[in-house]
Parts: sequence; structure tokens; C-alpha cells
Amino acid sequence: MSALDTAGSPATGTASPGRPRATSRLPGERSLAASPSTWFVWAGMAAFLVFLLGILGAVVVDSFGRQWFNTWLPAEWTAQWYSGSWERFDLAHVIGVTVGVALTVVVLSVLIGVPAAYLLARRSFPGKRLVNVLFLLPILMPPITFGIPLATVMYSFGLGRSVIAVVLVNLVPSVPFVILTMTPFIEQINPAIESAARMCGAGMRQVFTRVLAPLLVPGILAASILVLVRTVGMFELTFLVSGPQSDTLVVAIYRAMTAAGGGEARQLISAMAVMYTLTMLAMLVVALRFVNPTQLVAQVKDARDD
Amino acid sequence: MTAPTTSGARSTASLRHRLAERGIDASLWLMVPALVFALALFVYPFSYGIGLTFQPGLATQERWGGGVFANYVAFFRDPFVFDSVWITMRLALPAALFNVLASIPVALVLRRKFRGKRFMTSVLVLPITLGTVLTAQGLLIFAGRQGWLNRTLMSIGLIDEPLQLVNNYVGVMFSLIITGFPFAFLLVSSYLSGIDPSLDAAARTLGAGWWQRFRRITLPLLAPGLATTFILTFVLAFSVFPSARLVGDAMGSTRVMSLMAFRAFGEQNDYAMASTIALMMGVVELVVVAIVLAWRSLFYKGSTGGKG
Repeated sequence: MSALDTAGSPATGTASPGRPRATSRLPGERSLAASPSTWFVWAGMAAFLVFLLGILGAVVVDSFGRQWFNTWLPAEWTAQWYSGSWERFDLAHVIGVTVGVALTVVVLSVLIGVPAAYLLARRSFPGKRLVNVLFLLPILMPPITFGIPLATVMYSFGLGRSVIAVVLVNLVPSVPFVILTMTPFIEQINPAIESAARMCGAGMRQVFTRVLAPLLVPGILAASILVLVRTVGMFELTFLVSGPQSDTLVVAIYRAMTAAGGGEARQLISAMAVMYTLTMLAMLVVALRFVNPTQLVAQVKDARDD
Repeated sequence: MTAPTTSGARSTASLRHRLAERGIDASLWLMVPALVFALALFVYPFSYGIGLTFQPGLATQERWGGGVFANYVAFFRDPFVFDSVWITMRLALPAALFNVLASIPVALVLRRKFRGKRFMTSVLVLPITLGTVLTAQGLLIFAGRQGWLNRTLMSIGLIDEPLQLVNNYVGVMFSLIITGFPFAFLLVSSYLSGIDPSLDAAARTLGAGWWQRFRRITLPLLAPGLATTFILTFVLAFSVFPSARLVGDAMGSTRVMSLMAFRAFGEQNDYAMASTIALMMGVVELVVVAIVLAWRSLFYKGSTGGKG
């Protein structure tokens, strides 16, 4: 299934590109490990790593430090910024809103998206191409382009700054995302299974609950986790419609950073940012257990020409 | 196949049956929630927004003239607004190009088996979780005048004065690369894993060196994927908003279109002008995407059809 399995299989033998080999070198083959271009790539990755660790480390150190001005490390260490920012920004409420909004968006977008994905995968009907384009547009467009008219409509309906508006706005990219990821997943399920269930007398509802739903669980799980991560991280759309009572964590951090009059103490914001990253990290670790990210878009073709 | 097209007089099948043969039956109800959602939350607001652009505020009309097109006149005539198009392009195009080009060698290297491969892949993907806001906060501390980066460069004697790396163009570029590269890398390596390794093996059997194999086999097969990756990374970089405000120079060199749109929306409450800028953002982005797609079809034909 995966590239590595194919590369390592005996079918490709010694000519497999997937593994380093020192003994059997073929004509025109150079050891990649020693070539300068490979070192160049490794140097680039190291630079990226240094920046990444620097950025992460700086925020973490800052969130635990006191009086950090002209030195390598802060003069004193403290954990008070965490309790401070928890109270100052009412983080219990903010995190509650964030989790609530994210879970609602996940459930709604799966309920709306999966049936549509099923139809798009299995049926052909008049206007199918149009429907496809309709679901692709919100993903291709910059969020601000549809976000501003949408927020204007929300405000004119009196929904502005409410949690409902935040959920609705986040649904716009999430539902197409579920449809886009679930359609190929459903296509690869053998239709004969459904036909067999029909032959045995199952109705539409039974086919869905007894046959399709169990088969779809891995795909739905993967799509849900990705939607969850996207919704928690979504800044632009949430920012356009949220208010003090409906801010999610990212928006709360942004507002604290740009607050008028010099803003809040930097360490308070760092503490909040660390908490945000830990939440996201936990979700990503869970996500990577279910989804192999490098296989999301394309899969290795099993068929060989030779 | 042919029966439903003939007139009702000859067909004995019921209307329901004839419709079902064309693909219209009760199961289409499954599509209804998604369609209602798309119409209510995407099509209606979007058309409303387009309508709004033709209802300029009085102030805009008086200042720029042009009747119902006053918003568009203001967009193209007002240098403060129109320059943001070039400012956005100057940030988004190099960032997207760099992210795609840099992820090709990295994906090629990480495709081979070695110890710690899983770890490297995870580390490269990690910044996706950071989000632009945390990256901005980290960059401000890490690359600021008192930050570790400047401190290190100064203590090893490379520079005498701290470099100005944040609150300007460079800071936003850093932030675009750090958040955009992992995404480009993920996509490129997934496209790379979709290329059959036996093609490469066959070329090697025929005596092709690694550059020849890359130039003649991997690159042409990867080109459509690269174009898609470029488009998606560009879309991400194009709507840069928090980092342009936080690590950039919001009124100067990083006054991007999304900032202008938000300024009109949130600070001036000029919804008509905000919608106009937002719409023009979509248009500019579509133009770039169309150019890339056209180039992709040219490039793809050129390298397989000509030399094959």
C-alpha cells in the first residue's frame, strides 16, 4: 500500500530506490549520502529546525521567566504567568467556547458532509459537476473573500458576536473539507457489499447504519480530527464574527497581543500561547495515530506497467 | 439509456422510473442538507456581498465619483488601497515559490529509509500546530533585538549591531515560511509517494544518472502535483493576516490586502468597501491560479510529449 512497502518488497529487488545500498552500485549511481547536494538539504533542514526550536523555546522560556531583558535567560523563574493569564483572560470560558465550537462544527460537518460525499462517490445525476464546483470554491477562495460578506450578513441578522455565528462561519470551509476527503474514501469501498445487503432485503437506512457506517468509521475519524484541528486553529473567519463572549483561544491571543495602549504583559501572552500549542499538539498526536499525512492526497498505484 | 429521452406517449414506464434512470431518485435527498448549507452560508452571502459592492457609501461616492462603481473606482485610484495588491504579491509569491522549491529536495531525501525518518517527518510537520499567532509571538521574542538569534550572531562576531528581523517584511516572510513549508512538504511528499518507484528503477537499469532520472522522470511526473502544491501554498500565504499585523509593519511594507479589507470592515464599518476589497482579493488570486494552471498544462505536455 505505502511507498515504503512497495520499495522494500522483493518484486523490485536490488534496484529499489527506497533503501541505501553500498555494495551493488549500478551504472550512473552515486552514493547520495556523501554528495554535497544532500549535505545542502540537511543544512537547510537544520536551519529550519534551529528556527523552530528557537521560536518554541523562546515562548516557553518567556512564559516561565521574570525580568528577561538583556540576558540569555531570565533572572528568575516562576509559574505565576499561567495562573495570571488564566484569570486575566478568563481562559476557562475561552477554552470552553473553543472546545464547544470545535466539537459542534465537527459533528455538524460530518452529518452534513458524509451523505453528500456518498452521493458524489456513487451516483451520477444532473448537475453533479456544478455541485462539485460549489463544494470546491470555499476551499480555494481566500477565507477573507467569503468571510467578509458572510460576516456582514451575520451582523445584519443580529447574529454578530454570538457563538452561533462562530459555529456557522466555521462550517463553511469544514463541510467541503469533509466532502473532499470522504469522497475518495467512499469510492474505494466495494459497492458489491452494499448490493449484497440490498439483495438480503436491507433498506436505505439499514445499509447506512449496518453496512456503511462501520466501514466508514476510520475515514470519518480522520476527517473529524482534521476538521477539529482546523477549527481550533482557524483565525480569520472566527475573528470576523466573534466578540468578547465568543472568542476562541487563537482570537483571544491575537486580541491580547494587539490590545490598545501597549497591550498586555508579554509573558501573559506567552503562557496563553504555550497552552494553545499543547492543546494542538495533543490533538495532532492523536490525529497521527489514525492518519498517515503523506498518504492523504495520492496513493501508490498497485498496477505495474512491466 | 435511450428510453427516457423519447416522448411520454411511447414509454410505458412511470415518471418515477424514467427519472430514476437518469439518476434522479429518492436517495438524492441525502444531498439536500449539504446543498441547503452551501446556498445559505456560501452562495447567498457571496452574492449579497457582490451586490453590496455596487452600493457605495455616500462618502466614497463623493470622494471618488463613478456612481454605482464608486467602490471599484476607489479601489483602483486610491494608491493606499491599490498598492496593497503589489505588497501582497511581493510577500505571497516568493514565499509560496520558496516553500514548494525547498520541499522538493527535502521530500526526496526523506523518501529514503534511514534511522530517525519518522522523527524528522514529525518535526517538519510540527509547525502546522503552531498557527500564525504563536509563530508571531515566538518570532517577536526569538528574532527580536534582544532575542537569541541576534545575541548568537553578535557573540560569534558576524554582526555588530542587532539586525532588524521583526516588524518588517523579513519577519512576515519568516512566518510565512515556517507555517507554509510543512504544508508544502506534506503535499509534495504525498505526490512523490504516488510515483511508481519501478519507473525510476527502470531508468537506472538503463544507465541514467540521478540528475537525468530526476529531470526526465521524477520532475515531469511531479509537475502537476507541484503546480497544485504551489496553488494551495499560495492561497495560504495570500490571505496572510495575523502575521502581517503582528510581526509585520502593518501600515508600511506589509500592508496586505486582507489587512485593508479588515480595516474597512472592522474599523471604518464600510461594509461595501470591505466587500469590494475582499472580492478583488478573490479575483487577484484566481488570476494567479489560472496562470499557474495554464503553465502546468504547457509544462506537462512539453516534457512528456516532446522527448518521450
